[in-house]
Amino acid sequence: MKVIKAEQIHDAVVDLVLKAARYLPEDVKTAIRVARNNETSDSAKEILGQLLENADLAKESGLPLCQDTGLGVFYVEIGDEVQIEGNITDIINKAMIDGYEKGLLRKSSCHPLTRKNTMDNSPAVIHFTHVAGDKLNIKHMAKGGGSENMSRCTMLTPAQGWEGIKEFVVRRMAEAGPNPCPPTIVGIGIGGTFDLAPALAKEALFRPLSAENPDPELAAMEQELLDEINQLGIGPMGLGGNTTCLGVKIAMRPCHIASLPLAVNVQCHSSRIKEVTL
Amino acid sequence: MPTYEMTSPLKDEDIAKLRAGDVVKLSGTIYTARDAAHKRLCDMLDNNEKLPFELQGAVIYYVGPSPAPEGRPIGSAGPTTSYRMDTYAPRLHSLGVKASVGKGKRSPEVRKALQEHTGVYFGATGGAGALLSQCITAAKVIAFDDLGPEAIRELTVESFPLLVVNDSHGGEQYAKPNFEF
Repeated sequence: MKVIKAEQIHDAVVDLVLKAARYLPEDVKTAIRVARNNETSDSAKEILGQLLENADLAKESGLPLCQDTGLGVFYVEIGDEVQIEGNITDIINKAMIDGYEKGLLRKSSCHPLTRKNTMDNSPAVIHFTHVAGDKLNIKHMAKGGGSENMSRCTMLTPAQGWEGIKEFVVRRMAEAGPNPCPPTIVGIGIGGTFDLAPALAKEALFRPLSAENPDPELAAMEQELLDEINQLGIGPMGLGGNTTCLGVKIAMRPCHIASLPLAVNVQCHSSRIKEVTL
Repeated sequence: MPTYEMTSPLKDEDIAKLRAGDVVKLSGTIYTARDAAHKRLCDMLDNNEKLPFELQGAVIYYVGPSPAPEGRPIGSAGPTTSYRMDTYAPRLHSLGVKASVGKGKRSPEVRKALQEHTGVYFGATGGAGALLSQCITAAKVIAFDDLGPEAIRELTVESFPLLVVNDSHGGEQYAKPNFEF
């Protein structure tokens, strides 16, 4: 067994939280730069330029990229040869709280009905998977509320198939319009169960923008959806242009013979993801 | 595109000349409020209580800033999505609020209130909170401190870059999606 100390996990998670909030991933910056060069609309070019300037400023100043530093979401893979000293849920939650405090990140977690702020951004949203091996992999996403609010899930009938999926996704992005801070990245979960489809959609958003889907069939579906969403003409911040979406990421699993679960998890252009393997 | 320098509080004549697509560089005093603060403001109006700031001519910025680093008045401070304030906005416009700043679509009721009460809805660039915070030169909490990031803050802004999304004449700048709803 490989023993991993609580302190090591804590420090690694604090580092993830700080870096995710401040550093826009290089491939997202590249995608925005390419989009700016390809845009014909002046307002679109102007906005995409501001986003690049904002990313540079956040990196230099330590200010978060966006004031909505999100809820702390974690996808954790624990190898079966790993022994953790302490309770992994508590360690991650505590590190998330410490990271948000240290980085002067906004505390955005509240009681759903009284709306009373928990004042420390807790609790972290953590998904665990047990895998073979001696590694502990932690992926962190700082997920903002504006784009999350535009996300949807539905149970299609098997007869609706791929055409039904496309219709739902493109309609969703058309309805969302300027609200989720386009250009967006769209995570899609197809299959599984009612609860699994959204988890797949969110997990799909961790795949880097520059990484093509290893399954050629899914890669083709992603491209088709990306083209259709960009044909909507919503553009950066909804002001028109050909850059409505920077990428579509699909994760698919078998489902019940009666079902076709579908989830669309919308990510704004400020894709704050970071991962570490211990 | 036409660009105007304006100072808040704003007047009807400032608002009336603005058209969707115009750029405004706003200076002066503005107030932050999100969902929870709007609810409390409207509760105070219901109870005939004095509000924490003057509504006449006011500009309300839909923002919950991140904490201020040492030596700066505020952390990152970009707009939040506006539709969540649609329930409250027409009432505030009817009482003298001239403008709101946010991102995303407004309801038909808000757009109607802008026409009836000579108001305007400005868009700021969402997700550019670090950049936009550079235009804020002072910030202080003036109400609802217990709401944390959702407290009402009085901000002093200098040349804050805004785009007129909905004007007081029924104009709108958002692109209509190529989609048959």
